[in-house]
Amino acid sequence: MARKGDVVINIEKCKGCEVCLAACPNEVLALSKEVNSKGYHFAMKVNSECIGCANCAIVCPDAVITVYREKRNN
Amino acid sequence: MSENTIKNPENLVYEKTSVMTDRVLHYCPGCGHGTAHRMLAEVIDELGIQGDTIGVAPVGCSVLAYYYFDVDMQEAAHGRAPAVATGIKRVLPEKYVFTYQGDGDLAAIGTAETIHACNRGENILVVFINNGIYGMTGGQMAPTTLEGMKSSTSPRGRDVKTMGNPLKITELLAQLPGTYFVTRQSVHTPANVRKTKKALKKALEYQKLDKGTCFVEVVANCPSGWKMTPVQSNKWMEENMFPYYPLGDIKVPEK
Repeated sequence: MARKGDVVINIEKCKGCEVCLAACPNEVLALSKEVNSKGYHFAMKVNSECIGCANCAIVCPDAVITVYREKRNN
Repeated sequence: MSENTIKNPENLVYEKTSVMTDRVLHYCPGCGHGTAHRMLAEVIDELGIQGDTIGVAPVGCSVLAYYYFDVDMQEAAHGRAPAVATGIKRVLPEKYVFTYQGDGDLAAIGTAETIHACNRGENILVVFINNGIYGMTGGQMAPTTLEGMKSSTSPRGRDVKTMGNPLKITELLAQLPGTYFVTRQSVHTPANVRKTKKALKKALEYQKLDKGTCFVEVVANCPSGWKMTPVQSNKWMEENMFPYYPLGDIKVPEK
């Protein structure tokens, strides 16, 4: 089974460009209904399917995503 | 394993590199500049040369690049970044010197500086962001604008009879004996971002060998200038930019 992962999104720096949504293999991310202080709908985690592949963080132009992934044999 | 225990430092697989400052990037949502900045910053971090790197910022969208890289930076006049980098590298030959330029800066106003710096084989890294448009000033036609592509100064599309052909400056520079490593990459998918990072890493490693100019073109999107959403612009780039500007290494060092 795939290892579990998690993402932390800096919602204040997110500009809601949706590039991370397109890069996620498991459709973990979606845009929020709320907006941040700059008026952007920010990306957020909507389910627990994250595998910690870091694709979203690698394509994020604003470097707002931090990715965690559990270690093997845990 | 509960979610709370996943988020601890030992499970960290990706975070923003410390070579990039915490400032919010001024670029439009979805712009490839941010990713290209981060890849260059990550490479500087991985090679451990943060204290020995000097960057030269251009004029264009990335004019404020010196706010985002936590390395020594110098601003150059429009298009003159390779000339400024030449001076820096000659005075401080042990430092790693890069320029970061857009297509209006490098391929239009700075054509002479670019070609002559590459022809002299100055031992610098030139990062060239090609989005086929003048982004900062409002989407005017650039030398790299594709045939038929609409911009604010070619509203009926670029007509090659009156406006000339899109300039493949990277292929042109690869002909010069002074260039050592010339490649074209992009930053719109995770795989391409990783390839770009590899190319930048190679280029900075080659700089140590003192062999000549390394030139890395990054084909990027300009959602605001192209009047598309970021995801649409990435798709448009794949369908229209890549056939004319094919990705891959153009000149690699002989083994």
